[in-house]
Amino acid sequence: MADHTTAAHSKSSPLMLYFGIWATLLILTFVTYEVAYLELGPFNSVVALVIATIKATLVALFFMHVWHAGEKLTKMVILGAVFFLLLLLGLTMADYISRPWS
Amino acid sequence: MPDSTVIGLQHEEEQHPELLHHFVDAEQQRNAASLGMWVFLATEIMFFGGMFCAYLVYRHWYFADFGAASKSIDATLGATNTAVLICSSLTVVVAVWAAQTSRKTLLVVMLVLTMLFGLTFLGIKGKEYKDKFDEHHVPGASFSFNNVPVPGHPGEFANPRHAQIFFSLYFMMTGVHALHMIIGLGIFAWLLHAAWKDRFTPEYHTPVEIGGLYWHFVDIIWIYLFPLLYLIDRH
Repeated sequence: MADHTTAAHSKSSPLMLYFGIWATLLILTFVTYEVAYLELGPFNSVVALVIATIKATLVALFFMHVWHAGEKLTKMVILGAVFFLLLLLGLTMADYISRPWS
Repeated sequence: MPDSTVIGLQHEEEQHPELLHHFVDAEQQRNAASLGMWVFLATEIMFFGGMFCAYLVYRHWYFADFGAASKSIDATLGATNTAVLICSSLTVVVAVWAAQTSRKTLLVVMLVLTMLFGLTFLGIKGKEYKDKFDEHHVPGASFSFNNVPVPGHPGEFANPRHAQIFFSLYFMMTGVHALHMIIGLGIFAWLLHAAWKDRFTPEYHTPVEIGGLYWHFVDIIWIYLFPLLYLIDRH
């Protein structure tokens, strides 16, 4: 079950982890800002979105306690939401990208 | 609250007053609340997902015009706002930890800091919107985006009609995000009030936890908005 609550009592304080994630997020923000000014062709968007996804995953796993959520149902809801989002974006773009005549 | 002996058939031990009778224990109650919040956030993902989908389609169609329009936005303000929101997420997660470990002063300080970061974000956003109004980049009758060069294509100018679609998406997405920030500030004002009144204990701090989930979610939306709206075709 949600052992992050009990972990806060029993184990050492998670503050070091939180500050580490915070520093990583700031560094990644700086990196994405600087990389945007480099000429990478189509890879500019790829790098930007990969960095954004890493940041979002860090926030979800450690700040939103998904990593420690023992409740499998919570993880299933999250994966389900992401799956249907990717279905929406993926199928829509598959359609538009493959229509050179329109 | 009812006497614990009345509903004490399943609950032999002493009840926490905030524990509702249909939950076995405080932990199950917390998990249920957190699951409910995640279901709500799933609907929010689809809500923002529709706008991200519209963005992707138009970015694909009007690739160069979107680059030119994005370049007119101050990316440094956007980056500063990203850092501000990341700092606010840190204060939120420390606030949740403070509530779990009954550190009231730390909890109150962290809630206040979170709200200050949120207000800073909205202030910077307001400055950004004001610039766009001054430059006539707000979609509508007075929209003007003439003779703006397209990045990477010397001698070509962006189509103002296509740029207007970028700015429509920009104002819609950042506007709805800012609305979420304002709602978040309301939630945190209430959390601050409740924390001040000693409502939260290690057994019962669900509002801090799910309010925090909401705030982090709004942060994640911004983490995607920042590169998509501010950082395309900067080079």
